Amino acid sequence: MSNLTDLTVAEIRDGFRAGDFSAREVAEGFNANVAAAKALNAFIVETPDKALEAADAADKAKAAGETLGALAGVPIGMKDLFCTQGTQTTAASHMLEGFVPTYESTVSGKLWAAGAGMLGKLNLDQFAMGSSNETSYYGNVISPWRRNDGGNAALAPGGSSGGSSSAIAARLCPAATGTDTGGSIRQPAAFTGISGIKPTYGRCSRWGIVAFASSLDQAGPMARTVRDNAILLETMAGFDPKDSTSLDLAVPQWEAGLSSDLRGKTVGIPNEYRPDGLNEEISAMWDRGIAWLKDAGAKVVDVSLPHTKYALPAYYIIAPAEASSNLARYDGVRYGQRDLPDGAGLQDMYAATRAAGFGPEVKRRIMIGTYVLSAGFYDAYYTQAQKVRALIARDFDLAFEQCDLLLTPTAPSASFALGEKQADPLAMYLNDVFTVPASLAGLPAMAVPGGLDSQGLPIGLQIIGKALDEQTVLNAGLAIEERAGFTARADKWW
Amino acid sequence: MSIDLQTVKKIASLSRISVTDAEAEAMVPELNNILGWVEQLGEVDVTGVEPMTAVIPNHQRLRQDVVTDGNVRDKVLANAPQAEHGFFAVPKVIE
Repeated sequence: MSNLTDLTVAEIRDGFRAGDFSAREVAEGFNANVAAAKALNAFIVETPDKALEAADAADKAKAAGETLGALAGVPIGMKDLFCTQGTQTTAASHMLEGFVPTYESTVSGKLWAAGAGMLGKLNLDQFAMGSSNETSYYGNVISPWRRNDGGNAALAPGGSSGGSSSAIAARLCPAATGTDTGGSIRQPAAFTGISGIKPTYGRCSRWGIVAFASSLDQAGPMARTVRDNAILLETMAGFDPKDSTSLDLAVPQWEAGLSSDLRGKTVGIPNEYRPDGLNEEISAMWDRGIAWLKDAGAKVVDVSLPHTKYALPAYYIIAPAEASSNLARYDGVRYGQRDLPDGAGLQDMYAATRAAGFGPEVKRRIMIGTYVLSAGFYDAYYTQAQKVRALIARDFDLAFEQCDLLLTPTAPSASFALGEKQADPLAMYLNDVFTVPASLAGLPAMAVPGGLDSQGLPIGLQIIGKALDEQTVLNAGLAIEERAGFTARADKWW
Repeated sequence: MSIDLQTVKKIASLSRISVTDAEAEAMVPELNNILGWVEQLGEVDVTGVEPMTAVIPNHQRLRQDVVTDGNVRDKVLANAPQAEHGFFAVPKVIE
């Protein structure tokens, strides 16, 4: 039998049901890969016993002829932003070190209820703020990929879901959860040659996910194939009365609806995503993607999203503003760290706790958010940004009068070396230039791998769909996946 | 508009984050760089545009006015840095 850890979610699910292997064999295989990959630093906490427990339950249910959950026998990684009952949840911060939730997030709870097992809690950028996984209190995550120049520079797995992307690319788990605020599922997927989808805002409950920017945060799956993403998203999505922005809509059967036949669909190509100086290999990959979608039967038209260049600055007002409010809860009183200098009063304790508990990028964003929301500046910054956000959403509405989906690059470059952009926050923010606009408009968007660049590193394509039309996004992703034939994987060095 | 050392210290204080003088000085150019960059939003004509409040139209629901949880005091306190007699404990705030 081939290596079980090379199988996709669909293959594990189906092979387990067919009796080709036991769930325990699968869990043991992934547990071993996780244990042997410390060099990637993809996990903050490993939970091999949880994976085995779920596997044994699946094997027992199968032997007893009971109805099996949609993900019975499938072990997955859980981004350490999802609260997991009884298992430390840190958001990769010192602030929450030792925090053991007494409740389970809605999304993770749905996955366990469907039979999935937890391999561990995946590393990420601290409070999901970052694009390279260099802001984690628990150290950088390393991408399994290396440049083909013979060097061994440690490369960024993308962020913030960098533990998820690195672990999937390295076969430490067949799939993982991610969260996406401005590109945190799609950019790491692109950097590591895997797929990931951010569904429409409101599809997945945010309850129990450590909050960053509530009007943007959205959970989604990451995996190696489009089908696997459809399978996971079906389990993760759904109405939750505990999240007031959760959409009270039935969850479509995305997997059953998969079709790479795009006849009758029109793909829009937004010119604004091809700025002067766009990396030539990224640009060439985009052209190949356009040809693939035409080959799948789609019609291609040029569209304009005129406010695209303002999306990133609007995001860097709105997201920090919401973060400054959300992260006010870390006060050293109810949970997490407390730093109480000798003789300190309550106010001093707050300030000392937050100085010790937050990393530099988190402090930077809280302070920017505090500033743009402060008296006298609120209208100039925050209100203006929310107006620009409305214009960005209107751009998409107008474009979707002419087309059914949009095709763009996912990130402006392939992965870069750790440390390369850390010195300049602005250069780091520019990584999200192609992913942020869909986040601001709440639209479903997916990254799929297209191929390798001349350095031997994966580069990806992004599909953006109409609100609630994840099916068309997944279908276009499948059409690209079938034509790109992306089978490259990182040579094992870890 | 650009911000100075005093403003950075004020923002840090409003954010309840203690900063040393050296940290505050390092933040002055960093924050100015970011704020200078976001100020390009000022050039967008937003005449007649309402600020966005919800990305996906969704009406607020009403639920039954019944108690749905509670009686979980020990769970609520389980992660507190300091809990005493069933309460969160903080440094003395009244002399």
